[in-house]
Amino acid sequence: MLHSRSLKGLAVPLISIAAGFIIGAILMLMFGYDPIQNYQNLFIGSLGDIYSLGETLRNMTPLILTALGFAVSSKAGFFNIGGPGQYLMGWFGAIVFALNFPNLPTVLLIIGSLVCGALLGGIWSLIAGFLRAYFGTSEVITTIMLNYIALYFINFAVKNWLASKGSDSSPNIVKKASLNTEFLQKLTNNSTFNWGFFIALITVFVIWIYFNKTRSGFEVRSVGLNEVASLYAGVNVKRTIVVAMLVSGLLAGLGGAIDGLGNFQNISVSNNLPSVGFNGMAVALLAAENPIGIIFAALLFSALQIGGLSISVYSNTPSEIVDIVIASIIFFVGIKYVFEAALAKNWRKKQRKTPDGGMDK
Amino acid sequence: MENDIVQMKNITKIFGSYKANDNISLKLKKGEILALLGENGAGKSTLMGMLSGLLKPTSGEIIINGKPAKMENPREAKALGIGMVHQHFMLIPAFSVLENIILGDEPLKAGRIDYKKAAKDIEFLAGKYHLEIDLNAKVSDITVGMQQRVEIMKALYRKANVFIFDEPTAALTPQEISQLMKITHALSEEGKSIIFITHKLKEIKEVADRCVVIRMGKVIDSVRVAETKEAALAEMMVGHKVNFAIDKKEVNQEKDIFKIEKLSVEAHGQLKIKNLDLTVHSGEIVGVAGVDGNGQSELIEAVTGLRKCKTGTIMLNGKKIQHQSARKIAEAGISCIPEDRQNVGLILPLTISENLVLKSYYKKPISNKGFLNYKKINEDGRRMIKQFDIRSQSEKELVGDLSGGNQQKVVVAREISAQPDLLIAANPTRGVDIGAIEYIHEKIMEQRNAGHGVLLVSFELEEILKLSDRVVVMHEGQIVGEIDPRDTSSEELGMLMAGKQQAEEMGEIS
Amino acid sequence: MSLSTILMTVFSTTLIYAAPLIFTALGGTFSERSGVVNVGLEGMMIVGAFSSTVFNLSFGNVFGAGTPWISLLIGGFFGLLFSLLHAVATVTYRADHIISGTVLNLMAPALCVFLTRIFYNGKGQTPVIDQSMGNFTFPGLANIPFIGKILFTRTSLIAYLAIFVGGASWFFLYRTNIGLRLRSVGENPAAADTLGINVAKYRYIGVLISGALGGVGGAVMAQSITLNFSASTISGQGFMSLAAMIFGKWNPMGATGAAIFFGLAQSLPIIGGYIPILSHVDSVWFQIAPYAITIIVLVIFLGKAVAPAADGRNYIKGK
Repeated sequence: MLHSRSLKGLAVPLISIAAGFIIGAILMLMFGYDPIQNYQNLFIGSLGDIYSLGETLRNMTPLILTALGFAVSSKAGFFNIGGPGQYLMGWFGAIVFALNFPNLPTVLLIIGSLVCGALLGGIWSLIAGFLRAYFGTSEVITTIMLNYIALYFINFAVKNWLASKGSDSSPNIVKKASLNTEFLQKLTNNSTFNWGFFIALITVFVIWIYFNKTRSGFEVRSVGLNEVASLYAGVNVKRTIVVAMLVSGLLAGLGGAIDGLGNFQNISVSNNLPSVGFNGMAVALLAAENPIGIIFAALLFSALQIGGLSISVYSNTPSEIVDIVIASIIFFVGIKYVFEAALAKNWRKKQRKTPDGGMDK
Repeated sequence: MENDIVQMKNITKIFGSYKANDNISLKLKKGEILALLGENGAGKSTLMGMLSGLLKPTSGEIIINGKPAKMENPREAKALGIGMVHQHFMLIPAFSVLENIILGDEPLKAGRIDYKKAAKDIEFLAGKYHLEIDLNAKVSDITVGMQQRVEIMKALYRKANVFIFDEPTAALTPQEISQLMKITHALSEEGKSIIFITHKLKEIKEVADRCVVIRMGKVIDSVRVAETKEAALAEMMVGHKVNFAIDKKEVNQEKDIFKIEKLSVEAHGQLKIKNLDLTVHSGEIVGVAGVDGNGQSELIEAVTGLRKCKTGTIMLNGKKIQHQSARKIAEAGISCIPEDRQNVGLILPLTISENLVLKSYYKKPISNKGFLNYKKINEDGRRMIKQFDIRSQSEKELVGDLSGGNQQKVVVAREISAQPDLLIAANPTRGVDIGAIEYIHEKIMEQRNAGHGVLLVSFELEEILKLSDRVVVMHEGQIVGEIDPRDTSSEELGMLMAGKQQAEEMGEIS
Repeated sequence: MSLSTILMTVFSTTLIYAAPLIFTALGGTFSERSGVVNVGLEGMMIVGAFSSTVFNLSFGNVFGAGTPWISLLIGGFFGLLFSLLHAVATVTYRADHIISGTVLNLMAPALCVFLTRIFYNGKGQTPVIDQSMGNFTFPGLANIPFIGKILFTRTSLIAYLAIFVGGASWFFLYRTNIGLRLRSVGENPAAADTLGINVAKYRYIGVLISGALGGVGGAVMAQSITLNFSASTISGQGFMSLAAMIFGKWNPMGATGAAIFFGLAQSLPIIGGYIPILSHVDSVWFQIAPYAITIIVLVIFLGKAVAPAADGRNYIKGK
């Protein structure tokens, strides 16, 4: 029973991934590009050598964290579309801290920056959680609005407070605040791979424990599955909502902070919301919000993005094709009912052939 | 043969591997009132779903007015003159009564809905069949009785000849029920045919000409109502002799376990409980009778800490418990079997053992420094599954995969194993099979016999009269009367439920 | 600058920025009134903006000054086509509405920039269109003293059209039988089904109208404001339209009004410079204002009660 359930759980993402790649291939064929060559380039460009691998792993770090953030709120029954804003706030917070306390000892500087970033992300999400818990305001709308407020506010802050006059970027943080050390650069052929990746993996493990072994995680799951029943059972639902949204924002904020310290080393004015926030959602959806699954889904999407860059280097295929593949994959995850129904039919057929294997349900 | 308006021949309906209807045949004459009797889950609703075009039969034939009818959807059934009045009203609360009635068959004038013509047509029908409705009111603002009349009007407006009433009296006051009976007879006199789905024997005697009994998807018998006794109908429905008596031990009922004084509660800006007093003694089951919506839910919510009390006190064992959190109240010794187990009592996608600890997971030894001991949770789960006879694969099975009766046993197990001083049971047997009903009644009796208090809130008068030591009647947020179930008939109870003050009644009698 | 000139500037700028929002918010209203949540409006706008720009660039020399108007229809058509994805996923295949809407928002920029690169030599943005929507002076009406200058001189014709569409949408939803049925499947699809109303059909209608109007909204953005297409042509207008729809309580007239208000808020950074009191306020506050106001309004004035009762819920027959 449990066995077949987990098998079915894997079937949907695998079918979706395959279907997404097929859609990408069809589109490439339509416009006269070679899908096999492109997919090959994509694979080599993302995992083919140690440098590419380093880039892919670095790129999946914030994806893991924004996906985890989305998953936590989603388990509590909320659709936190605020990943981009929370990520931005985290990035901003980490850079601000690192720029203001460059003389702190390395460990304190890094921990302080990460915590500051995570907290800003957490507070940003907490606003939506608080409004949802105490005023019933739809978190879908508030997080969308908070995204844009964060974007414009940070643009303003970078331009007016951090950057020198006329510049659109903050100065770089001191070298010791960076998560990207010489050791790792040597190891990965000067890629941007940094210690943040390991922080993300540890976080996955912590979140897994949180959901499956802790009291608070149980409360979050209960509230997410049935708010009324949880209320009736005595769970403090409002507090649980706030906690879940806080944790969710902390994670996305941490993702931004790690990217700030490990990848960018500064923060710039931007026209659009960072796509990593939305892609994190996509990762979580593909992984069905399972923390372990998120690692694999993030690896896939990160490889697509990094490999996509080399697609347009080695051919004139627009690299946006990988974003189309990603969107298609999520589309198929969304209509998973179709596959589940088909699989269930198949499963019932098999059952009928072996009457002993049946159960009374 | 000529005047058979509906014929269902050898109808079988299979859902997956479950046979809901097994070779059922049924006939309905013009102007006839036919009762369809059966327990919950016997297959009545499935059968009528096919007659009204919502479901397609797996095999069998439906003949209407002598012609085979292929009903692919409700529109075709409607075109053939079949009108369904659903148990759960199919109305749109945000729309007006008028909009609800004409929806799908709107008269048009120059591209827009001709509301004037529609209103005129409906008012004519309303006069003819004595259906009192307010066309301009929003459905969310009208009484349950009027909502039902709107449903009947919807069918009349569509020129239905056959009316299917699905459990029509479930949510009505006795007065509204008798009004419905009048409407039913009026329809029949105008030559309309009626199928009356119910499991209440008395109503059948009152309204129906003929009765078809269904059990486990099969027709057991078709009888003339006038020639059949209630007890015989009951036996056909259940499949064995029904024993109405229950074992009540003499117990000490002196101690006040639970006391409510001058309680007022607000909901949605309205005063739903007004100055209410209520006491439950040790070893006593107090039944709360009343029509749905008269403050029962608000009373339970206030007592269990889910709703704020405006004024008054609630005391358990002499200690005030109002204004405390739901968790504190549960810890003080109140358990509750909520009415809606699927949405309130249980979290269906969690396992049985997780549901069993839903009210105790945060306490030692299950929770330790914020971490949960799943080994202990599952051990306890296995033990309680055995103790409470919950039929399941394992303690890790999802509660959502259990049958209704077994789901309710999970709730009962959790609530009773908390060893409460007061057990609140709200419609504890709604929608569960007979076997589970008897089991749950037994468990409630055990609580009483062990000297604890029980507050039984139920819309089933039979259940209340059978179990309670004392019955109070709620009407519009107040207790309007108290009776002794041993010498009160359901008629008397009905009068009280409809809001007739006990004092006036006494006055009339003396 | 005279008062009437300032007012004229405020008014026309407001309308220019409001027009895309009005169309798109009306689109959202249709979809959600039929019970399908639409967070994919942004994506529909992107498709509308892209397709209208491509059409304008390709046929500008054929249709001349009429090109931007025909482009709107093209944008609407492709928006409708694109929204089919949302309709199929949510109505036929029971996808979560927010997931499906998110797919639209992921897919639209990917697909449109992909095609832009193919059509325009690998560049991520199109050239600027020649035939754009200029301003319009109502003949006759403009001569009314004072008001004529403020309301009807050098203003946005498409915005007036948008307001008219708002009124027409209200009539459609609240006075015609199709509108009644469309709203009924968003309130209680099971009840509608028992009356023989084809739930899926009306939900498709709702979503497709939404796609068409969202496409027009995006097209208006491209034809009158950005004048070309790139990844940042539509940056949040779809979400702002969603907010306008909620702000307007899922009512076409309310959505139109809210969209005009957001248009005003959006135009403030531009017109702020002309208005003495506002010229010292940093533009960031004008940028943030519409979003912050939406949150505040949601918190203070509405909980969640006014949304159509079955908004976001898939209808599964027999359940």
